[in-house]
Amino acid sequence: MARDLSAFAWVLVVLQTAVFVAAAPLFAGWVKRIKCYLQNRRPPPYLQPYRDLRKLLTKEIVLARTASPVFRIAPYVVCGTAVLAAAAIPLLAVELPVSAMADAIVLVGLFALGRFFLALAGLDVGTAFGGMGSSREMMVASLAEPAMLMVVFTWSMVAASTNLSTVISHTLEMELAIRPSLLFALLALLLVGIAETGRIPVDNPATHLELTMIHEAMILEYTGRHLALMELAAQLKLMIYAVLVANLFVPWGIATTLTGGALAAAAAALTAKLAFLGAALAVGETAVAKMRVFRVATFLAVAFTLALVGMLSFVILEASR
Amino acid sequence: MSALFGLAAAESYVAVALTASLASALVSVLANRSSKILRWLAFPLLGIGGLAATAAALAALLGASEFAVELPFGLPWLHWHLRFDPLAGFFLGIIGLVTLAVSAYGPSYVREYDRRPYSRAVLGIATGLFVTGMQLVVLADDTFVFMIAWELMSVASYILVAYEHMESANRRAAFLYLLMAQIGAVLVLLSFGVLAAFAGEFTFTALRAASLPPFWASLAFVLALLGFGIKAGLVPLHVWLPEAHPVAPSYISALMSGVMLKVAIYGFVRFLFDLLGDLHWSWGIVLLFIGSVSALYGVLYALMQHDLKRLLAYHSVENIGIIYIGLGLSVIFFGSDLPALGVLGLIAALYHTLNHALFKSLLFLGAGVIAQRGHERNLEHMGGLIARMPWTALFFLIGCISISGLPPLNGFASEWLTFQAALQAASLESGVLRAVIPVTAAMLALTGALAAACFVKVYGVSFLGQARTRHVRHAREASWNMLAAQALLAALCVAFGVLPTTTVEGLNRVTEALTGVALASATERGWLWLTPVAPDVASYSAPLVSLGVGLALAAWALIYLLLRRRRRTVPVPRRDAWECGFGPLSPRMQYTSTAFAMPIREIFRPLFRIREESVRAMDPKLPTHPLELRYLIHTDDLSAELFYRPVEHQALSASRLAARIQTGHLRHYLAYSFFTLLVLLWLVI
Repeated sequence: MARDLSAFAWVLVVLQTAVFVAAAPLFAGWVKRIKCYLQNRRPPPYLQPYRDLRKLLTKEIVLARTASPVFRIAPYVVCGTAVLAAAAIPLLAVELPVSAMADAIVLVGLFALGRFFLALAGLDVGTAFGGMGSSREMMVASLAEPAMLMVVFTWSMVAASTNLSTVISHTLEMELAIRPSLLFALLALLLVGIAETGRIPVDNPATHLELTMIHEAMILEYTGRHLALMELAAQLKLMIYAVLVANLFVPWGIATTLTGGALAAAAAALTAKLAFLGAALAVGETAVAKMRVFRVATFLAVAFTLALVGMLSFVILEASR
Repeated sequence: MSALFGLAAAESYVAVALTASLASALVSVLANRSSKILRWLAFPLLGIGGLAATAAALAALLGASEFAVELPFGLPWLHWHLRFDPLAGFFLGIIGLVTLAVSAYGPSYVREYDRRPYSRAVLGIATGLFVTGMQLVVLADDTFVFMIAWELMSVASYILVAYEHMESANRRAAFLYLLMAQIGAVLVLLSFGVLAAFAGEFTFTALRAASLPPFWASLAFVLALLGFGIKAGLVPLHVWLPEAHPVAPSYISALMSGVMLKVAIYGFVRFLFDLLGDLHWSWGIVLLFIGSVSALYGVLYALMQHDLKRLLAYHSVENIGIIYIGLGLSVIFFGSDLPALGVLGLIAALYHTLNHALFKSLLFLGAGVIAQRGHERNLEHMGGLIARMPWTALFFLIGCISISGLPPLNGFASEWLTFQAALQAASLESGVLRAVIPVTAAMLALTGALAAACFVKVYGVSFLGQARTRHVRHAREASWNMLAAQALLAALCVAFGVLPTTTVEGLNRVTEALTGVALASATERGWLWLTPVAPDVASYSAPLVSLGVGLALAAWALIYLLLRRRRRTVPVPRRDAWECGFGPLSPRMQYTSTAFAMPIREIFRPLFRIREESVRAMDPKLPTHPLELRYLIHTDDLSAELFYRPVEHQALSASRLAARIQTGHLRHYLAYSFFTLLVLLWLVI
């Protein structure tokens, strides 16, 4: 909560957001690297995602004849909401004033706003692919969002708050025990995260095969600066979900005081956690095949059920009444 | 400030609002002589009425408390009682804002009827009486005025639904509406009757003082729920709504969907929280269940529609469901002696009521522009309208974002409050309730996500892409006053989204007057932060989120302006979109609204009754070349099969049974009269 509204805290907010945005391409690159190792390919260098973004930023923009202003504004809104969401999540430190700006429900709302414009951009040019991508994206999202909110509700019952910062502080103070509700919530959040960030088995970020793509189909017509923003937004979203999993369920290491030492320790701890999560994602993506589009509904129903079971197990087993 | 919004000022605002609306109906008598009377007299009068109603609402929420008057109409022993309190003021404000927008919009819209064989006088009179009726309903302070105003509203709106009566579908829809409205009115009357039986009088003051045994209170609750529910369009009583709302003139659709449904909500809130008083938590469960079912049902059926106005009508069912979820939570908390949380649910419901009035009217006005300027109501024939009507496209987009419940606009603020109310279920005693309420919240989340999908479909298929028909390709932008009406509503959608804390402060006055409790914690940290329960439980800063989104838009604008000079010398290259190398794209290759909704249709298939018809005739000489390809899909309302058909069947067989005594012979009827007399005499003596 915003107990400390000093200018220093706000500077930290800006810094933290900058670190978040700067690290997102690296995290996406890390997942790609591990996948390359696992699939016996030569990995790109760590800096490759940054080079790609730089190249896209300097390239000329080509627009479709039928593109409307919505097509041009959408990348800014999509990327802007992703940055805003990144700003609101406690990355290295809790108790920053910005975490009071948006609680977990607002976070889900921000994702939804970005997705709304992304899907509109897919429909804007009037190609069949764009429409297909938008239609499927909205289908996936409309099933993933309730599951995500169920996870949020479970957390908010456990910690009696929807503020992420408060939730994390609460977890740090809780006595160490494996709680079934949080275990189920973790599983559900992992499934939702995979669906929302368009990873295998729901969507394949590496494909441009017409019938299987969802996210790539929507941004097919984008070039140059616009494409760079869309790519950055996707990388940010992946990183946001990873940080959510890491900091909500394994918060140990996060800085509770705003000192240099604590922040450095938090950065080291977070790097280790994210490296592990990224590697796990890469292993999962290598081991599992992409599923048919209509199986995604079952996948997300499982996520929803897990979250529901998590919440019920809190109500039945853990509530202190 | 205090003089402008004082008690005396409020009285005159209310008087002006009523008189101006009534005068608008009166001057319309002459409208058949010249269309100017409607355009330059009736609508401006309506606008004055709307402005005065809005001013009265501001007075109620900012300064003045309540006043009551007794008008010398009605029965000799029961004059008309009118009373103005914050709740009435709030709803009067909703009526006023939308009426104001409609009065700016209408003059251009009714030009359409200059060339058509419908009476302008009827349109003007019915519109004026409709608005007057709604204003009287919220001001009524006794059962008689309430019912008279209620019926005035119903009958006037029936005439408006039936206005384009040369099409048989419209007549059928209007009859269905009248039938349902009358059944609803009878139920409302009965619910008042139950209260009046214990009060002994018909004034609201007496009804408020009456105390009912639990059974009779529950009966009154059920009757009111059904009666007001029919008008509000709760599932399964909603069936008239998607029929009647689309066929009325578009600004009337805006008034009906945006305001009339809200008047039904007003009636229910007044009845439940004010007159009935002692709330039982089990009623809340009923409301919560019906609300969630309505919300999900409405949005799923909306997704299947391709008539834009019908789609919007189904979304009204959804939003009414969301409002009832808020009311249900409120009743549960009030019934469990947690008034601080109960008031949170009530505020969420009232906030959503206001928001729905604004964005639904905005969307109906936009649909009206498309219908008038593009001659199209079917989404499958639209496309690319953003190039033809950029301003309407902007306002419609704001409406779409609001109704989808996306931050930072107003739909999100009220849904967020509803979520927060639901999450406080943890403080209830009953474990079942604690588990069930979050599941309802998840249903609400599903509803919100599906609504976003639906409005991506609506906006993407109608405004984006390429035009699919000639009419739409040559559509023109709306006139300036139509744009001004939409701009007003869009600006309000943004304002109420960005300043939720200020809005809740206003709503606090309503709940304080109604239930004696206000949500003090919500506003304690200033206008920047909305903290409904406590700062470390949940907080939302809409201004900061808007600032963030605004910065993203500013970044776009900055780059756009910086590159302006370069664009002049080197314009942004425009190329054809990628078409897999198969020649140019045609508008028919775009995703249609049916195709867009297909994945969701498949997932929720058991909930729909889908009729498909496909024609596929291939050329005998060249089997790969189709001669004719046609695909028709129609989604029937499930409630028709599960609810209305059985009811209709029962009603018909019951009447057939009763018809057995109808022999057609005079002597039998004389015998009936004789025996009836005998029985009556026996009863009396």
